[in-house]
Amino acid sequence: MNRVVITGLGIISPLGNSAAEMETALHAGRVAIAPLTSVPTETLAVKIGAEVKDFDAASQFDDKKLPLLDRCAQFALAAARQAVTQSGLDLRALGARAAVIIGSGVGGITTLDECFHRLYGEGAKRTHPFTVPKLMISAAMSHISMENGITGPSFTVASACASANHAIGVAYQMVKSGAVTAAVTGGTEAPLTYGTLKGWEALRVMSAEMCRPFSKNRSGMVLGEGAGIFVIENRDHAVARGAPILAEIAGFGMSSDASDIVMPNAGGAAAAMRACLEDAGLKPDEVDYINAHGTGTPANDPTETKAIRAAFGPYADKLAVSSTKSMHGHALGAAGAIELAATVIAMNGGFIPPTANFTEPDPACDLDVVPNSARDKAFDVALSNSFAFGGHNAVLAVRRA
Amino acid sequence: MDTEHDVIELVAKQAKVEPTTLTRDTKLTDLNLQSIDVVELVFAIEEKFDIEVPYGAGEQNTTGISFGSVGDIVDAVDKLIAERRAA
Repeated sequence: MNRVVITGLGIISPLGNSAAEMETALHAGRVAIAPLTSVPTETLAVKIGAEVKDFDAASQFDDKKLPLLDRCAQFALAAARQAVTQSGLDLRALGARAAVIIGSGVGGITTLDECFHRLYGEGAKRTHPFTVPKLMISAAMSHISMENGITGPSFTVASACASANHAIGVAYQMVKSGAVTAAVTGGTEAPLTYGTLKGWEALRVMSAEMCRPFSKNRSGMVLGEGAGIFVIENRDHAVARGAPILAEIAGFGMSSDASDIVMPNAGGAAAAMRACLEDAGLKPDEVDYINAHGTGTPANDPTETKAIRAAFGPYADKLAVSSTKSMHGHALGAAGAIELAATVIAMNGGFIPPTANFTEPDPACDLDVVPNSARDKAFDVALSNSFAFGGHNAVLAVRRA
Repeated sequence: MDTEHDVIELVAKQAKVEPTTLTRDTKLTDLNLQSIDVVELVFAIEEKFDIEVPYGAGEQNTTGISFGSVGDIVDAVDKLIAERRAA
């Protein structure tokens, strides 16, 4: 089995459109949740979200390419360019020895929303010929493959809010097994459309005021958007070419609750964390930090607390556990990728990112949640949790390189 | 409009029981309704009465809206209908 390292990290997120911007924001505990500006909010009960700002697609993509890119593909391609540039890897030369595996919850929903509005709302008789190639959930991944000449395995993974972790985990397994030498992997999502927001509103899990994970007065989740894309690579290959090594992907664990379409399950979540530790060959007390799923809903946070206690035993009290969703919102199928980026950036920056907006301890969430301020502390090993509707749990472990 | 009659019809449909088995004092927890079932019930009530029910992850705490019993729902719906008419 091969060891697997991250040699490139690209990020488009509400906390900034580069790793450097995200590091500054994470360290400052900056909250990017604010009144929505990209959709009309008059008839929305939930008028807040975490939007990607200062993202100028027209300056990044030419007139021929841009019309083919849904917002989620724009994010993914821009983040992939950052990651590939940083890695210095010639993916075209690797050809079929490289893979591209990207997670997304819904794909080109902005395109679909606009198309349906025109057809059903405005009575249009036709829709744009690029509608289908823009809305398909795999489109963002396809553009990464084409732009980089990746001719090996290429597919998109959908498991709702665990999509990105599943994608990164499968890519890690393929590099580990030797099926490919390198992979471009991560997640992308751009769900801040009127129709999507109405759908989430109807589920009654959204906060109208703020995302407050693990806080007793938490009032629900807040949607975000963005993409996190990584170049991961066989460690020997990366070392031989003198590539920057940002972190090692140490392990990956998965499980399924097989119980409920929306409610979380502590047993399933704990099983995924245990499977990840086992895959990584880690003892519980070797883990320093967990980037929690931490959605800020009444149901998730105490369930995740129970799961962490079940997987880590008494050592859970010594773990630092934070939810960076408190700052960048819940990016659904991109969440795991944005959060792995946050974890790796913080690991290399020597600090633990905070759980922002924390105002009231909850006995049901009695972990060290690193409230409100980043903690300057070097750490070597971290987990990143993603738990999805449908009971799909996926946990990644990273180790300092 | 007889709010109580209509609410009982909707609750009975959601819980898959006969309306005659329900009273104002019936608690939703006794009907084996999961949280997703209650969310669906809230949607049905909003559609039926053309109201917005402020029922959400954090809103039960602040708006005084309770969905504990059938009677609680009837009272909440009457209050929300009155508020809509006054608006």
